Amino acid sequence: MPSAQPGIDFLLSPYRVLDLTDDRGLLCGKILADLGADVLQIEPPGGSPARDIGPFYGDDPRPEKSLFWWAYAANKRSITLNLEQIDGRALLKKLVAEADFLIESFAPGYLENLGLSYEHLASINPKLVMVSITPFGQDGPYSNYQASDIVGMALGGFMYLTGDDDRAPVRISFPHFYLHGSAAGATAAMLAHTYRVTTGQGQYVDVSCQQAVAKTLAHAPQIWDIEGAILKRMGVYRQTSGENRVRINWPCKDGYVNYMVQGGSVAYSTRALLAWAKEDGLDVADLETIGWEELGYGAITPELMDQLGGPLGEFFKGHTRAELVQGSLDRRILLFPVATPAALQGHPQLEARGYFKAMEHPELGTTVKYPGAFIKSGDGGDIAGLYRRPPLIGEHNAEVFQGELGLSRTEIESLKRSGVI
Amino acid sequence: MTTQPEGNGTPHSGRPLHGVNVLDFCWVAVGPMTTKYLGEYGATVVRVESVKRPGTLRRAAPFKDGISGLNRSAYFASYNANKMGITVDMRHPRAHELMLRMARWAHLVTENFTPGTMESWELGFDQLKAVNPSIVMFSTSMMGRGGPMERQPGFGPVLSSLVGLTSLTGWPDRDPVNPYGAYTDFIVPRFAVAAILAGLDRSRRTGEGIHIDMSQLETALHFSAPVLLDYFVNGREQSRMGNRDPGAAPHGAFPCSGDDRWVAVGCFSDVHWEGLQRTIAPDGSGWPYNPNFDTLLGRKGNEDELDRLLSNWTSSWEPGALMETLQSAGVPAGMVNDCRDLFDDAQLQHRGHFQWLDHPEIGPYATDTSEMIFSLSPGSLDTPAPLLGEHNSHVLKNLIGLTDEEYKSLEDDGVLE
Repeated sequence: MPSAQPGIDFLLSPYRVLDLTDDRGLLCGKILADLGADVLQIEPPGGSPARDIGPFYGDDPRPEKSLFWWAYAANKRSITLNLEQIDGRALLKKLVAEADFLIESFAPGYLENLGLSYEHLASINPKLVMVSITPFGQDGPYSNYQASDIVGMALGGFMYLTGDDDRAPVRISFPHFYLHGSAAGATAAMLAHTYRVTTGQGQYVDVSCQQAVAKTLAHAPQIWDIEGAILKRMGVYRQTSGENRVRINWPCKDGYVNYMVQGGSVAYSTRALLAWAKEDGLDVADLETIGWEELGYGAITPELMDQLGGPLGEFFKGHTRAELVQGSLDRRILLFPVATPAALQGHPQLEARGYFKAMEHPELGTTVKYPGAFIKSGDGGDIAGLYRRPPLIGEHNAEVFQGELGLSRTEIESLKRSGVI
Repeated sequence: MTTQPEGNGTPHSGRPLHGVNVLDFCWVAVGPMTTKYLGEYGATVVRVESVKRPGTLRRAAPFKDGISGLNRSAYFASYNANKMGITVDMRHPRAHELMLRMARWAHLVTENFTPGTMESWELGFDQLKAVNPSIVMFSTSMMGRGGPMERQPGFGPVLSSLVGLTSLTGWPDRDPVNPYGAYTDFIVPRFAVAAILAGLDRSRRTGEGIHIDMSQLETALHFSAPVLLDYFVNGREQSRMGNRDPGAAPHGAFPCSGDDRWVAVGCFSDVHWEGLQRTIAPDGSGWPYNPNFDTLLGRKGNEDELDRLLSNWTSSWEPGALMETLQSAGVPAGMVNDCRDLFDDAQLQHRGHFQWLDHPEIGPYATDTSEMIFSLSPGSLDTPAPLLGEHNSHVLKNLIGLTDEEYKSLEDDGVLE
């Protein structure tokens, strides 16, 4: 194996991944690359369609400036291959012979029609682990459905539970449907890898994004199964038990904060907040007489919530988010900011842990800050993380096709002319 | 000394994690969902619980027949299938030695306490490694270890707000809303399992243990990385857009017949839009053919009107029938499934998404299986979640080899509480 990741020794450094995914699967290979695997992103000549997804660097909509691509292709190397040509498939098969993983997100049946099904590839390399990430899985009644983020978030059960109760259900305004399936793809790859380590056998794994979303619903499916009740979306409120709900999201002077009125073991937090409101001159005398210590989780009735809403709403609106967050730390109040990207940029904990990583983009003459490693070692050491800026289209063609597969310059020239690479 | 599973080149019929022993201190949701995957794929997972301080999910609804009880929560039961449970009073002076014996048996120790908790029991990574040099320890916390906020307390949904997902959810003319539930708890586990298995792989190759520290904040930020980059390089703060999408129109959830029934539709291409036009007006006339709606830019420019007209049309449809009709015309469409619909969903049924386990106190209950289908080594959920302390005797005698006398002495001393 070439030293694809110079100078790093992360958890998966010995392994190679062939990544055939588009925007629907990029995160899977990104997770494996962050863990140290050598991930070769295989793009069609002209570049991956994921490069068309904005926003763009400097709002300049070019394939090498897509921030979506940057976020989920960093750490990978890029080669171009046209799988719809015989020579492209032949080169892929050469790479498969030496690869540990292949991940893909084409529509079910696409690779099989090209003679690149798991059976074909396993005949070249029986140890290969192949992971397919699709909206609904390889077969079944929806397998050929047209999907998109909103369709998937709806069918996965997430949307019904999210949003205001007097309007349509909502999705998150940044697409998550394929990210859930892609992250599950990384889990699947590692489970199959573990089986390979003990048995020597590769295998094929079929991942469903719909199922991945349906696994984000906490106990909502159990509420139907056990109680026969259908949980509904509650906007800025959160159900605590039966009819009882508490408001968690409150507007303040310059944004929003999360605060949940609670009694019992965290009554101290409620009392501290009431004391602060009183200092502000708000009338909370009635609220202070309530025996918060005796009110368990879920015991705050809608009537009590109504009584709280006025004075607390007024209190929050009188302060900025920063004031509320700092004051709550000082006074031991369980209150949290509804963060925006600006707040994350200087976040003291992220700064202290050195989370954001500056990567040089020499082709643009600039340096860009990226989200960093999702794990560290317990002593703070690097066992995963960012080491290579996202690749340009086919940036690593020469080092892979010439350096590894031993093609001559003339052969590469021919492949280029015929649109294979 | 532990034995790591090793490759001998011969296939076995077992599951991928057959032979992997897990000492699991995880609680609430993020940890138990992580170790549920491990159990489903064949690891032997032993959860350590406390009689004196039973975990949050054991006390969380829904309960069988609405009657609370430590062995009656279907929430707990769902996330703890395929695990065994023991009870240990971690503050008892003899707990430490017992847990070190378990650590010799384990390949993996998992925990999601506030950083410092395991150390306070003298069960930090150094102590575990001293008795088992190849052990992998997985720790996850809200903010990660070290730093000024490592011990900050929190509650369920706030992490969605801290990572910026709440500000991206809801209607632009209203307050933002938290994505349903403790949403990030269900983002983190797939990263966690991948990292854990990568750690076990390295331990197997090198013989050296490793301690993995996962910040849930740092992990969940990967679910909004392009949004962060947009701010870092362009200075733009993205915000909630309801159901709008810059690359599609119509795009949203539209009302159907019945109470709170909806269908999601998104037209990203001419083909999608033409399929919708044909379905609404097969004779080629009427509002879908208004020239204002011919182009994507035209539809985006008149989206409020488009949404109103489309809602008017969808509202007489049953959502499942509309989904099928639109899909057969090549239009991306899906029912907004509520939790009952999920159980009836033809595709989820096809994949066996829900499985029923028979629990001694709850009876048959539904739990979700993994979203992956393996060609050679499928997972399976075979046993219901443990009753509190159900496997004390089995685990301590059969798995780590305590004698009857040793076991009885621990019991008599109140260690197993």
